[in-house]
Amino acid sequence: MTTVLETTGHATPEPAAEVGAIPSFDVTLRIRRFLPDTPEAEAYWEEFTVTAHGTDRVLDAMHKVKWEVDGSLTFRRSCAHGICGSDAMRINGRNRLACKTLLKDLDIKKPITIEPIKGLPVIKDLVVDMEPFFASYREIMPFLITNGNEPTRERRQSAEQRERYDDTTKCILCAACTSSCPVFWTDGQYFGPAAIVNAHRFIFDSRDEGAAQRLEILNDREGVWRCRTVFNCTEACPRGIEVTKAIQEVKRAMITRAF
Amino acid sequence: MTATTEARSPIPAPRSPRNRRTTRTNYELYGWVFMRASGVLLLVLIFGHLFMNLIDGDGISAIDFGFVAGKWASPLWQVWDLLMLWLAMIHGTNGVRTIINDYAERTGTRVVLKSALYLAFTVTVVLGTLVIFTFDPCPPGSPADLLPSFCTA
Ligand code: HEM
Ligand code: SF4
Ligand code: FES
Repeated sequence: MTTVLETTGHATPEPAAEVGAIPSFDVTLRIRRFLPDTPEAEAYWEEFTVTAHGTDRVLDAMHKVKWEVDGSLTFRRSCAHGICGSDAMRINGRNRLACKTLLKDLDIKKPITIEPIKGLPVIKDLVVDMEPFFASYREIMPFLITNGNEPTRERRQSAEQRERYDDTTKCILCAACTSSCPVFWTDGQYFGPAAIVNAHRFIFDSRDEGAAQRLEILNDREGVWRCRTVFNCTEACPRGIEVTKAIQEVKRAMITRAF
Repeated sequence: MTATTEARSPIPAPRSPRNRRTTRTNYELYGWVFMRASGVLLLVLIFGHLFMNLIDGDGISAIDFGFVAGKWASPLWQVWDLLMLWLAMIHGTNGVRTIINDYAERTGTRVVLKSALYLAFTVTVVLGTLVIFTFDPCPPGSPADLLPSFCTA
């Protein structure tokens, strides 16, 4: 990936130090591996050193490992551009999308640790079973609920009404927030931040009429009251959603409903 | 990259599934509000208590049997200490209940730990309340050398 810029048309004969060349360097990835088919099936650390470029992301380095070093390395990714939510993983102890984390933003003098997100059963290497996560998502009914007859035109909404829940529409269901929450780590039954974010998206939508049902669901034992305001979710969200704030707004809606 | 159920069968779920049926009560909501409300009150009660006992007047050197008796002769300090006892006990017990819900993975463990917690709560609150209201600094018929000086009257 060397680019040669601004060299054509000039008579300068110096071939060294190309202008615009991207620096390359060696990075070591320290990856938590788990191979279910081996007799012991024990998780262990494995280090890979690859040459990467200054513009590369963690995902590029992992591709290099998978494509050139060890094809058995298993992880999810699809869009590679931070929009499908497949590649949330724990990078240097923080939940991040591998495709949005630039190597140059990490300390590459030390190995970069990469682990599966916590609190969900590991299937293989960095692939976890997302079913408990999606089960909670389904339970908050993430779809428009209305009463009465279908309107003949679209359901109108003012810019202000749309703005009310704009932040929580950005969720890509990557599970970075839920799997960064210490309550979810120990109590896997907790709905978790992502389910609450997606409930928020409908509870505060002026066109939706299912708010009472959703509040009812999240008002329960494993709902919003499990949240201890740790802020890990806000820190983890690759979409910059103010997750803790959304949870607090749902709590406030319940309190105004109850008193 | 889809994984079938068979592929993940050797990996146990993080914890045994819990009944998540909706109870349609506001119990957890009230608990959450109570933790904050009692926290604010406890801030006043505890620091007021610490100031009166450890700093005001002769400070810590004034604390003895007589000091406690003197305080509990006043209804103000009886109510103060009673509120502190009840609020701190309910607050602390509800907090530990939360922590048990966090860490106890099996239903059996949860039931045992919570039973022990509620028993400890009941014993402490009943004994504490009893002491605040029935405290007698000069029980009749006690050996004089065990009683505070003001009991001789
Ligand atoms: C000094 C005044 C106090 C204030 C302002 C205060 C405030 C709070 C608040 C707001 C919470 C809820 C935290 C959350 O849900 O995220 C809490 C939890 C808790 N409090 Fe207090 N509290 C005070 C005194 C006490 C006392 C005296 C005890 C012990 C008897 C106690 C024991 C606990 C426990 C065990 C928890 C649960 C911790 C957890 O959720 O992990 N607190 N406190
Ligand atoms: S709220 Fe953010 S971190 Fe959580 S699932 Fe959605 S995009 Fe991911
Ligand atoms: S691969 Fe799609 S979000 Fe990273």
